[in-house]
Order: sequence, then structure tokens, then C-alpha cells
Amino acid sequence: MKKIIIGLGSCGIAAGGLKVKETLQHLADDANLGITVGETGCMGMCYAEPMVEVVDDGGQSTIYGGVDEARAAEIFNHHVIGGTPLTEAAADADFLARQVRIVLERCGAIDPESIDDALGMDAYVGLEKALKTMTPQAVIDEVTASGIKGRGGAGFPTGLKWKFAAGYEAEQKYIICNADEGDPGAFMDRSILEGDPHSVIEGLIIGGYAIGATKGYIYARAEYPIAIRRLKIAIEQAEARGFLGENIFGSGFDFRLTIKEGAGAFVCGEETALIESIEGSRGMPRIRPPFPAERGLFDKPSNINNVETLANIGWIIRKGADAFAALGTDESNGTKVFALAGKVNRGGLVEIPIGMTIREVVDDIGGGTKGGKALKAVQMGGPSGGCIPAELMDTVIDYKPLAETGAIMGSGGMIVMDEDNCMVDIARYFLQFTQSESCGKCTFCKIGTKRMLETLERITQGEGADGDVEKLEKLADQIKTNALCGLGQTAPNPVLTTIQYFRDEYDAHIRDKKCPTKQCKALIRFDILPDKCVGCTICAKKCPVHAISGKVKELHVIDHDTCTKCGICKDVCKFDAVVVE
Amino acid sequence: MCNNCAETSKYWDAFEEILADYTGDRSQLIPLLQKLQDVYGYLPKDVIARLSERTGIFVSQIMGVATFYAQFRLEPVGKHVVKICFGTACHVIGAENIADAICRELGIELGGTTEDRLFTVESVACIGCCSLAPVITIGEETHGRLTPDTARAAIRAFRERAVTA
Repeated sequence: MKKIIIGLGSCGIAAGGLKVKETLQHLADDANLGITVGETGCMGMCYAEPMVEVVDDGGQSTIYGGVDEARAAEIFNHHVIGGTPLTEAAADADFLARQVRIVLERCGAIDPESIDDALGMDAYVGLEKALKTMTPQAVIDEVTASGIKGRGGAGFPTGLKWKFAAGYEAEQKYIICNADEGDPGAFMDRSILEGDPHSVIEGLIIGGYAIGATKGYIYARAEYPIAIRRLKIAIEQAEARGFLGENIFGSGFDFRLTIKEGAGAFVCGEETALIESIEGSRGMPRIRPPFPAERGLFDKPSNINNVETLANIGWIIRKGADAFAALGTDESNGTKVFALAGKVNRGGLVEIPIGMTIREVVDDIGGGTKGGKALKAVQMGGPSGGCIPAELMDTVIDYKPLAETGAIMGSGGMIVMDEDNCMVDIARYFLQFTQSESCGKCTFCKIGTKRMLETLERITQGEGADGDVEKLEKLADQIKTNALCGLGQTAPNPVLTTIQYFRDEYDAHIRDKKCPTKQCKALIRFDILPDKCVGCTICAKKCPVHAISGKVKELHVIDHDTCTKCGICKDVCKFDAVVVE
Repeated sequence: MCNNCAETSKYWDAFEEILADYTGDRSQLIPLLQKLQDVYGYLPKDVIARLSERTGIFVSQIMGVATFYAQFRLEPVGKHVVKICFGTACHVIGAENIADAICRELGIELGGTTEDRLFTVESVACIGCCSLAPVITIGEETHGRLTPDTARAAIRAFRERAVTA
């Protein structure tokens, strides 16, 4: 029996996947041949959304990318009914060729709302093995032996974290999944939760068993409604099958799981702020020690792990620590999921063994920069990370080598920037983000980031002064040393790395009052070249603020007082008559 | 007058329904505020005052929480909220021009509400559809790979549908 599967992660839905599904459902119903139309989560190839997979009677699978309603009908008639797969525009094999899928093994392969699909691909096998054949200590030993480190960014060994939490005696302990994915430019956790929520639930139950916690929380970002809906469905299904609740697998171990929806605060990704938020307060970090392992949620021993970390656990227990340790480098084992986006041809969700180089990810998997432009930098680690310049593209993706560049492994955001991106503007952008998300508890973060932002704003507006860069460096050093939590301690990183690698751009802004990439609006001006303008009027028609005047076949002129420097005139001019200086 | 009574009681019915689940546990505060905002569209002063009476949590504490989190609103919003993503990918591909085009189309500033109360425009840190940048959401709909032109067209089409519906 033929099957048609549509990728309906957030990206698929955003690209119009629901309409494609509707079209195919209609066609399948009309054909009345028992063809099933189903859905799955993120297949990872966000650049090719909406995506449709056709599985033939023999199990042969063909994946189509960039499918609209017309294309869906064509696929249905030719391939599903006619039996001949369309050759062109099938999704790119290069994107997947170098990936290794542990965390994402079921993402895009199962219907995330069907526990039977998940069970068909070994979900909860690790849980059963842990509860039936291993002591809690043996589980901790296995996770420790696997060498897995926290995938939220900091890279603390998970086994050690569990050992600490297990070491405290208490009537009640908690295990918490940090699904408050707040880095702008990161969507790994969302895709995992949308594509395979059971992997995270399984990891939490195993973790709870290991540390002696009978209650778990998933703290999820409210901005991820689809992820939350699918998690709720998955929890209900797991309860119905007895994977959650009392006496799981007859082991005598009880475990309950609750979803807490965040309310929009980046700082809640910090462990102790997250705990404050679950308790119903403002999400402001606590002073440590005591660490959550000793006194966390409701003052009880608690353990907090990131979504991706937990999604690895079932696999590690099922396949064994050695299988996991076989992947990666001498220093770090396993895989890491990245959200590849920005000026890259094939953006999407990428899972690679730790140890590949940045260049391999951007070129081999991502297909290089868009439009053949020169690559300038890759931003890793979001607001806590840094911009790694083109000359360091052979840096190995591992915790230590990345930290040596001034960036961090981070949670997995990987944004490609090309020659058109202004690095001073990027620094300003990230600082504006962290500054507005600073909770205000400690002075260095609250006021320090504010002063840094003001300086960067002045520089991008052409009002920078000699010595500004040195002031930024000094403030950055003080904030890094003295801020209370990770948000403040890492906030200066995007500024420091751009100063380190792109100092000439800062100097051009400050000394020459020029933005070399012509991005900073205060420093540029658009003009129309008299010898090239043919008076086609398209720029005047497209200008959103009517700043361009001129008659047909006559020279057009830009009124600089009205112009907002959006650049649309330059984009639409077919005669290269619009220049920016 | 009776009509007013009926309306007043209807106004508080939803409140009572939501508070019925309250067990005196302080950690329920954020979920309570979320449910109340779902019903009222924002957190009106009288609702916060009554919430304080019923839970014993001081108004100042409730306001402390309500103002800390980006999700909570203390002013009414338009019928449909337009969210413009300012995530990193959207930023490097031109979110600012999209915001500009939409604000101009609706004749309001970022954060503002149109006179007919149909749209409120907000910026968000990241929607998480980075590969489709630049991205906006209009109500429940997500629109990706936008240009200023297609963003304007999306708003116009939505308005037409909303007005005729």
C-alpha cells in the first residue's frame, strides 16, 4: 500500500505544508485506492519545505522538496498513480550524506502524534532496559561512560550532573527538561520536540530513575505552540501505555510529568532562573551555591537537562555507552545538532558527529553561501557565542577548539554571514538582545551591557570616538568576570570576537565614518547615476516612501530627506543605476 | 441596567472558571495569568485586583511577574497580532525592512495597534523558522521568505479576509 507523508514541523507549516496535505488528502480520497496520507515532523531540510515523501508498495521512498499544490497534484498523478517517480527536484542527497542521526533518528520518519510509530523505531526500549535490568547507579555509570556533555551550551558532563543529584537524600526530587530555547537563530529543540517528543520524555523518565526523582517538569517556550501540543499528546499516550505513572514496567518506579509553559524571558534558560519561574516568580537567577542538585525546585534536589541532551539518553542506554563513545573526538563523544541558517544555500536541521569542521558543515551539507557571495563569518552560540571568521573555517566543531576562537559550541545556532553583513551591526544586534533580556538583578549585567550597547549604537551611527573600542573591551572584561549568571558572563562575547577578527570594520566606522558593507543606515546614502538611469520609473513605483521623483524616460532623483535607505530601489533597478555610498 | 448586570456577570464568569482550579499553590500564578490573558486578551486592572483578593498574592507581586515576562500585556491589543521575527537569521536577511513595510502599510509604529483595532504589530526575538527567514506571523498564520512587497501583500490579503469574514 502506498503512503504519502507530508513534513509538518513549524517550518513545513510556515511554508504552506497544510495546503499541500489538504490537496493530497483530497486526491487520495477521490482515487479511493487505500492510499494513506500522513504527516511527520521536521525532516531537517527546511530549505526545501514544504516536503512530501512518497513510499511505494515495496517500501521504496522518494522525497520531494519545494512542493506547492500544483506540484503535489503532479506528484500524485505521475508517481503515486502512474508509478513513475519524478526525476527532477527530488530533495538533495548531499544534505544528508554526511550526517549521523542519533537524536534526530525518528524526526521526520515518524508521525510525532503516534506512539506506535515511535515504538516501531525503538522508543522506550532504553527505558525498559534501564528499569528492568539496571540499578539507578548502573544507569548513571552508563551515561558517564558515554561521555555525553550537556548540549544546552555549557558542556557540563551529564553523568556527573546526575551523580551529584543522586547523591542528595530527600523525600522528593525533581528532574527538569529545559526547553526554553531562547537563542535567536536556534530551532534544534523545537524541531526535536515537534518531530519526536517521545525521545525527550524517555530521557526524562530514565534520568528520574537514575537520580531518584519521581516528578518531572518540561519547561517549554510559550512561543512553540506546536511543540507544546505534540508534547501533551505524547505524554497522554505514554501514560496510557504505562510508561508514565505508577509502577512503570512493573519495576516499582513511579514517575509523573508536567509541562510548564514559559512566558517569554530569555534569562529563564538559566537553571536557577528557570526554577524561579516554575515556582511562579520573576525569573531571576539565584546565587550559587547552593546548586540545584542540592537545593533546587521548591528547595528540593533537582536536576536540569537540555532537550537535546535528554533526547540522547534513550539511544545511549539502548545501544550502550561504547556505541556512543565511538562517535566524536578524543575529547567529546556523540553528535551535535545544529540549526544552520542565514546566507547559506541549504539551511536546516543538521546532526553531525562532533569533530567535523565548520567548513564541512557550511559547504558540504549547507551547499555554501547563497548567490556565490564570499563567506565572511559563521556565528555560533547565539548571544553567548561569537563570530568565527572565514579564515578559521577549518576549526573543528568541539567544545575546546571553538572556545579557543572566542565563540562557544553553544546550543546549536549556526548562522552564516556573507560579505554584505556588517560585523559591528551584528555585535550591536546581539548586545541589544542581551541588554533587553537582562533581568536587572546584578549591576554589571544591567548597567554594563547598557553602556556597551550605547557605545555600539554611537559607532554604527557615525558618532564613535577614538578609544571606544578599548572602552568596550574594558567593560566586556568586567562584565564577564563579575556578572551573576551565564547571560551576563557571556553577553560580551559577540562584541569581543568581532573586535578580535574585524577590528578594521570598527575603525572604519569610528575614524572614517563609513560602513564598509554599506549596512549601517546612518552612514550610507543612495543615489541614481545620470548616465545609467533610463527613466523606466520602476524605482519610483516601488519606493515605499515616495522619495523618488522623475518622469518617464527622464532621470530620476532621490529626495534624501524622505529616503529611509531600505534599498528597494537598488534591488529593483535593472540598469544598475542606483548606487549606495 | 439588567443588560449591564448580565454583561458584568459574564465578564467574571470566565474568571471564576479559571480560578476554580486554584489550589493555593503560588507556582500556579503564571499559568493563571496565561489563562486570564487568553480570555481577556490582556490583563485588565480589575482582573489583577480580583486575582490578588482571591489568591492573597499582593498586586505588587502579580505586577512584578506580569511585567517581567514578555508574553503578558497590560493594554488591550488588536484582534490579530502581527509578530515580526527579529531572530539572527531574519536580522541578517533584512527583518528591519519587513518591519518598516508592515508598519507603513498599517500606519502604526512597532508595538502599536491600528485605529480599527484589527492589528497590533509586535517584534519577537525568534519564531524558530530560521531557514524561512525573514518570517512573520499574522494571528495563527506563518509567512516566510518575505520581501517588503510580499509582506505588504500578506497583510492586505489578511485584512480583506478578516473584513469579509
